Amino acid sequence: MANVKDTASHLGETLWDVIVVGGGNAALCAAITAAEAGARVLILEGAPKAYRGGNSRHTRNFRCMHRGPLSVLTGSYEEDEYFHDLMLVTKGKTDEGLARFAIRSSEECLPWMEAHGVRFQPSLSGTLSLSRTNAFFLGGGKALVNAYYNTATDLGVTIVYEAQVKHVHLEGDRFTHVEVSVAGAPQQSIRGRSVVLSSGGFQSDIEWLTRAWGPAAANFLIRGTPYNRGVVLRDMLDQDCESVGDPTQCHAVAIDGRAPKFDGGIVTRLDCVPFSIVVNRDGDRFYNEGEDVWPKRYAIWGRLVAAQPGQEGFSIIDSKSIDLFMPSVFPPVKADTVEELGVKLGLDGAKLKQTVETFNAACRPGEFRPMELDGVATEGLTPAKTNWARPIDKPPYYGYQLRPGVTFTYLGLKVSQDARVHTLRGPLANVWAAGEIMAGSILGQGYLAGFGMTIGTVFGRIAGREAASRVS
Amino acid sequence: MSLNLATLDTASLAEEARRQIEICNACRYCEGFCSVFPAMTRQKSFADGDLTHLANLCHNCRGCYYSCQYTEPHEFDLNLPAALAEVRQDSWERFVGPAPVARTFQQNGMVLMLSMVAGIGVLFWLIASLRPTSGEGFYAFLSHNAMVALFAPAFLLPLAAVAVGLVRYWREVGAGRLAIRHVVGACAQVANMRNLGGGQGQGCNFEVEDRYSNARRYFHQAVMYGFLLCFAATSVATILHYVFGWQAPYGLLTPPKLLGVPGGILLVVGTIGLAWLKTKADKKLGAVRAWGGEMAFIALLGFVAASGLALYAATGSHLVSPMLAVHLGAVLTFFLLLPYTKMVHGFFRLAALLAEETKKKTA
Repeated sequence: MANVKDTASHLGETLWDVIVVGGGNAALCAAITAAEAGARVLILEGAPKAYRGGNSRHTRNFRCMHRGPLSVLTGSYEEDEYFHDLMLVTKGKTDEGLARFAIRSSEECLPWMEAHGVRFQPSLSGTLSLSRTNAFFLGGGKALVNAYYNTATDLGVTIVYEAQVKHVHLEGDRFTHVEVSVAGAPQQSIRGRSVVLSSGGFQSDIEWLTRAWGPAAANFLIRGTPYNRGVVLRDMLDQDCESVGDPTQCHAVAIDGRAPKFDGGIVTRLDCVPFSIVVNRDGDRFYNEGEDVWPKRYAIWGRLVAAQPGQEGFSIIDSKSIDLFMPSVFPPVKADTVEELGVKLGLDGAKLKQTVETFNAACRPGEFRPMELDGVATEGLTPAKTNWARPIDKPPYYGYQLRPGVTFTYLGLKVSQDARVHTLRGPLANVWAAGEIMAGSILGQGYLAGFGMTIGTVFGRIAGREAASRVS
Repeated sequence: MSLNLATLDTASLAEEARRQIEICNACRYCEGFCSVFPAMTRQKSFADGDLTHLANLCHNCRGCYYSCQYTEPHEFDLNLPAALAEVRQDSWERFVGPAPVARTFQQNGMVLMLSMVAGIGVLFWLIASLRPTSGEGFYAFLSHNAMVALFAPAFLLPLAAVAVGLVRYWREVGAGRLAIRHVVGACAQVANMRNLGGGQGQGCNFEVEDRYSNARRYFHQAVMYGFLLCFAATSVATILHYVFGWQAPYGLLTPPKLLGVPGGILLVVGTIGLAWLKTKADKKLGAVRAWGGEMAFIALLGFVAASGLALYAATGSHLVSPMLAVHLGAVLTFFLLLPYTKMVHGFFRLAALLAEETKKKTA
């Protein structure tokens, strides 16, 4: 049985049936499927073992269509409702055929996942709203990644970590070999009969992000892996592969400004915004914090904060609201007066006090109901706060710095329903793509919780199957 | 982990555990593994008593470590099983004093092993110097009265020390009033070692890293049930002796032997299994400083069982006298050091599960 101890120097001696570039969910689904079809499979994961799995290691659930109770999922979640939910977030920017295909395929994925080592658990506390639509992984995405690596290993898949693929070589419409550097060693060629590209987006290449978005992107935090630098994506685009998705856009949410530059993951989220007022560096409010329930609004706040000076915002609450949201990973800044809080946050204290007083004066009595749109709104204030607008007047006061946290980028490779990569001259004979690198085909804008894992699983399996079928 | 937990004091250990738990509490991906994570979600800030409670609730199944996105080399550097193991270890040493004695035996396997040798030596000396003029079976070598005079205090005094520790624990963690349903709930979890089951019965991540295995759970059950059977055997024998005037030696088909022989075999198998697994598992995910002490304790417990079986096998031969000294010496050491060895974890684990039941219901 081949295993990870295969030294990199011998990799070039083999003509691999299927080379999988990347080591996250989509890559593993492809590798496992291909190996089960009898193919000799090599996984080239760019990260070291400790960070294997790309952004999948930060995920927590899988959005799944089901016509009746399925595993941990309650009730039913049918194709049309699922598609409707997708349309709401993408505002129509999706390939309907591909999207519906992914949705329909998700149902058979869940039992497949369980059969390949993934364990599901009932919805986590605080996520009850997802118990019908999303199946949560026991232990989260890294546990899923571990399970798949073990399954792949048992199937004899060869796994190489710290394998940076620099170039995917095409001759005409055929892939011949990859150029790869393993653990900093000189570049070498590894030949394969087919290749599956599942190496993610480019969100960790800050320079690329800055070119696409503008200089503000230098201040963005990257929520996931630092290894998604889009090297393979760029290489394929340079070889005239068809692209899809807005090259200038990324999905960003507002996260704790103290989060690490990379890999902060789930814990850096802040759910306090609806119960707060959010000001910019100048102490001014800039958007309706109570527009809708947080699960429907958190995704727009990345963009909102990105548009503010210095790409930062400050969410201010008082002691009435401190227990209304999930705990933050870092404790909030705390002070007995609003002015002092402002100073501690690096703001003009007097200005913040004035903003809070203006806000408080615009608040009207009403029955505050934190779990629903309560209509408790400000009057005569611009921008208004249309729900949960309670005066901020009960010390101590708390503040969080917000920064945009990038989850993923939209630009990707255009694929057909069989996960095949296309160039401007037509389809490639033996190149497939799965996961974030092609997700832009379906997710043109916005994000739907757990849908990235759906795309990765559905197309990873297809890519693996197709790639293996070309060699048998 | 980056901090050298082994050299830290109670406050620093608690601080490190608090740092990690606050990160966990913002994540909650591990909620499905064990009792610790649901307990954690009851609060946002963690007093020292809360940490003591969570630490004793943790069974070191390591599911959370292997599925954690934030383990080293991530800058959050989480290693919750180790952080809790350190707090737990420290709590036993604080609660069941004197602390320096506790620390010595908990951490130093060699001292524990030498103590066993000393215990056996004491028994050889006692048997040599107190040999009765009459008596049957074992009592031909050491009279029943001498045994009682030796073992009653050697058993009861350590238990008293543990009881004091448990009362301190109960107060520190702020457990509620105990009801029958709490006892039933906690005992059910002990009976199947639910918290070593990984949440879905797939087991824990111990000897095969990120793969699940029930080996530890099963070997541990063998040890626990083996121990309870041996304890029952001794209790039944005591009742037979005092209530029914039926004195040892007992034949194979008597209650003490029907309980004790399978119990002894389970203990031997279980301790060998646990020790073997321990050599395979990653030391750094437990209280590193206590590893030697834990290993020595497993050896002591296994030796107690094996020597008991050997003694029974030696019935009627000239080996009875030396085997009796060896077995009773090991038993004496086991009892005397009970408050200061890994043995206390059983008491505190049960207490933690009981405390959790009282907290769960009132939350």
